[in-house]
Amino acid sequence: MSYYFCIVNTRDQPTFELEFGTSKQGGDGIARFSPEARELNPFLMHASLDYVDDLQWYTNQMYLKRIDHISHTHISAYLTPTSTRFLLLHLPHPPNTAPVPPPQSSTSYSPYGPYTNAFPGTTFNPSSSLSASASSTATTTSSSNTRILSSSSSAGGGSGGIPNNPTSPQTEEAIRLFFTEVNEVWLKSVMSPFGGPLEKVGSPVFRARVVAAGRKYL
Amino acid sequence: MTSAQGLKSLPQANMAASSHQPSAVQRAPQQLRTPSNRKTIYDRNLNRTRTAELSRASFAYLFGEMVSYAQKRVTGIQDLERKYHIPDAHNEWSRVWAYCIANHFLRLNEQGYPLGLRLLPLLLYREPPRTSVRPNRILPLLQFIHGPFWRHLFGRTADAIEHSSTANNEYMISDNEPLVNQYISVPKEMNQLNCAAYVAGMIEGVCDGCGLKAAVSAHNGGTEMWPGKTVFLIRFDEGVIEREGLLDAKK
Repeated sequence: MSYYFCIVNTRDQPTFELEFGTSKQGGDGIARFSPEARELNPFLMHASLDYVDDLQWYTNQMYLKRIDHISHTHISAYLTPTSTRFLLLHLPHPPNTAPVPPPQSSTSYSPYGPYTNAFPGTTFNPSSSLSASASSTATTTSSSNTRILSSSSSAGGGSGGIPNNPTSPQTEEAIRLFFTEVNEVWLKSVMSPFGGPLEKVGSPVFRARVVAAGRKYL
Repeated sequence: MTSAQGLKSLPQANMAASSHQPSAVQRAPQQLRTPSNRKTIYDRNLNRTRTAELSRASFAYLFGEMVSYAQKRVTGIQDLERKYHIPDAHNEWSRVWAYCIANHFLRLNEQGYPLGLRLLPLLLYREPPRTSVRPNRILPLLQFIHGPFWRHLFGRTADAIEHSSTANNEYMISDNEPLVNQYISVPKEMNQLNCAAYVAGMIEGVCDGCGLKAAVSAHNGGTEMWPGKTVFLIRFDEGVIEREGLLDAKK
């Protein structure tokens, strides 16, 4: 799974950005976004802000869970009391890069199975077998959702949920812990009288802390 | 009504994305200066204990200086407390924030505003997980101000919360003996002034921070028993009241 984490202030400007990969199941912590996905990620994030703005009045929780998904790209959100948004985009096994090695126990696991095309309409990897069924699941969101669930349950199940399965409760909980930790570090940064909740967070210590949180939980 | 309205700035989002080169960030640690004990703000604990309270004398001295700082630079009482009007403020604390910075935190209210904005997430962080929720409705917000907020600042809860009987959007929080006014003697000719405008600014920061835009002012409401009683009048935006109604109707 590759992650793109972003802190968005109330003026919808990003104040902090980070790309990282999973560290669970032998992941090396390096994001594997294709160049196209890397360019698209900020747009997807931006599009999901509307959901956050709607949701914030219906729930008083800070963690809003998974709020949006576009094909296989999922976005989770956390809302601080002052409406600063933490957004985490997670993409399991981007299509045209080498995926994280699957668990050994799985025999039916196919790395290119449901993940052939993250963004319908743009073809990343023409050589990958984009079957008719795969493209249809990519366009209809509900069926693609079940497809992901079924594929990852066959892939390993159990504790192997986080890297492969963006909709599982384990992933949700891991992301919640990640956000909670980031919230603490973010709070320390905005308490500084020299910065503020609107300014860019440029501190390398802050970045290191977020990276560490990502390595610990995701 | 939501903060996203008309404020989306995609070009900026893109610009920041491209200008954020990882190489520049990785080079930074060598230039980072840390205090002699090697502890950055990120190494400090956010949970301070009760013993970390401030001395009242030093607070009184600093607050007196703040009042005179404001007094030297403004023209009248109204101005001293604060009367800013930002026509396109929407629901956005960030605009008031920017305004306060542009004004060098000149007025008492403006001095309190950023403090309230920062106290809100901090106090919620310190709450136990069960009650650590965003106060996104009027009543939980008022309870938060009355309870944890007041307790953190003054060591006790506020004395009363009232809902105005005439205006639907007006709420009042009263304090019988505001700590901030304890060592401030207001001259006779300025009897309209209430230096608790500083606290009113903090309350306003909390309200705005939650997205419930409000204007807060401090008024003298002295009674025989409590001559120093101060009433904080919280006037919520029409939009907030409208949203409350909609949310109630949906339930």
